[in-house]
Amino acid sequence: MSTAGVTSTSSRSTRVLGGLLVVGIVFHLLLSFVWSDADASQGDLVRILYIHVPLAWLMYLAFSVTAFGGLMYLWKRSVWWDLIAGASAEVGVVFCALALVTGAIWGRHTWGTYWEWTDVRIVTTLILLLLYVGYLAVRRIPAEPEQRSRRSAVVGIVGALNIPIVHFSVSWWADRTLHQKATVAIGDTKLEGLMLFSLFFGLVLFTGIYAWLMIHRFRIAWLEDQLDHHGLDTALAERRAEGSRGVARAVGMVGTGVDA
Amino acid sequence: MLREIALVAGKDLRIEWRSRVAIGQVAPFAVLVLVLFGFALDADTEALRTFTGGLFWITVLFAAVLAIQRSFALESADGNRDALRLSGLEPAAIFFGKAGALAVQMLVLEAVLGVGVAVLYGPHLDDGVLLVATAGVATIGVAAAGTLYGVLAAGLRVRETILPILLLPVLAPVLIGATRAFDDALGTVAVNGWNWLALLGLTALVYVAFGALAFGVLLEDA
Repeated sequence: MSTAGVTSTSSRSTRVLGGLLVVGIVFHLLLSFVWSDADASQGDLVRILYIHVPLAWLMYLAFSVTAFGGLMYLWKRSVWWDLIAGASAEVGVVFCALALVTGAIWGRHTWGTYWEWTDVRIVTTLILLLLYVGYLAVRRIPAEPEQRSRRSAVVGIVGALNIPIVHFSVSWWADRTLHQKATVAIGDTKLEGLMLFSLFFGLVLFTGIYAWLMIHRFRIAWLEDQLDHHGLDTALAERRAEGSRGVARAVGMVGTGVDA
Repeated sequence: MLREIALVAGKDLRIEWRSRVAIGQVAPFAVLVLVLFGFALDADTEALRTFTGGLFWITVLFAAVLAIQRSFALESADGNRDALRLSGLEPAAIFFGKAGALAVQMLVLEAVLGVGVAVLYGPHLDDGVLLVATAGVATIGVAAAGTLYGVLAAGLRVRETILPILLLPVLAPVLIGATRAFDDALGTVAVNGWNWLALLGLTALVYVAFGALAFGVLLEDA
């Protein structure tokens, strides 16, 4: 892939996708806040779920892509997979944090508290966030590109291996209050008609946003990688050219007939 | 393979025996943490007794971070890491050797802490077998995950700060499982500790298996 003269990470297709997403966001806001009705039991609070659930869903997708990218990197040793994994983790961490915040706001009004230790999902999600914040920290450590890719691949895979273990142990751990758990589950609310459509549309929309963010983040990472690889070569070649010109000049001035 | 493991583990334990860093610095630090918990919980004997399991294991995890850093600081001096790679030993054997040595040091540490907890917090022992089995299995899990992340962090300028943020979230299930099993063994909470021990065993197995596979990948980049 040639990257000479690239000044933007957008292309015609990403501009079209971006335009569609902007329209989709407006449509989703109207669906969530105007067109769909308040829920019988949750009232207006149900509206936050049209954002919260897609965020949580995309977070799992994003971290799965990171782990898969790490696995593929270790297998194929192609920088492409490493950059995909890194880009997905960044988007995933943002989505994960937003899912926690929207969930806490929802919980404040449903359970009367921002944080509920007996809810397995939020405890697991917080651990997940910390795991992948660590992953991003590993990616930021200055190192040879290959070292960095190997390290982050292992950390990304361990993170994914941990998801089921953390989920299972937290759910067992919280089990002593099983009766409370049943009342705090989102599953109480049955979504139908336009409400169900709003949730579904939110999933499609956020998948599109994830894709758009991924494409741009990947392209930036790719350009950085190219700069790392070829930037030094280019600079070396330029300095060499300068150097040989300098030698030629010096030789010319002295006027000996030595070949420059 | 077994001989190689014994060589690596023997080397680490011999260095520890001669330098006495774990027993002279890490163990006193851990006991100090137990004392600080006493201050933090206002010497409430009832609370200390109730939370003995959790306080014990959180102390073990903090001490483990120090022991892991120490274990890999040994390798980063004087090009030891290159020597280890040039030695022709199987990466998996190095992993098991280092994890084994770490586990032995941690078990000694846990024994010291156990005495400390018994004296300072005064828990009642219900099930000694469960207690010892939990300590053994949880130690394997901590040592395996710690060895994997220890080699990753070794030699980095940010090694002291990167290791805890990577390791502690991964060890959260171990903390939960070991604490619950201890709660049962000490009779503070009515749970089935043996189920928790089984979960701990599964977790330890995953870390040991993945660690043995991935250690070589990380050892490559010195």
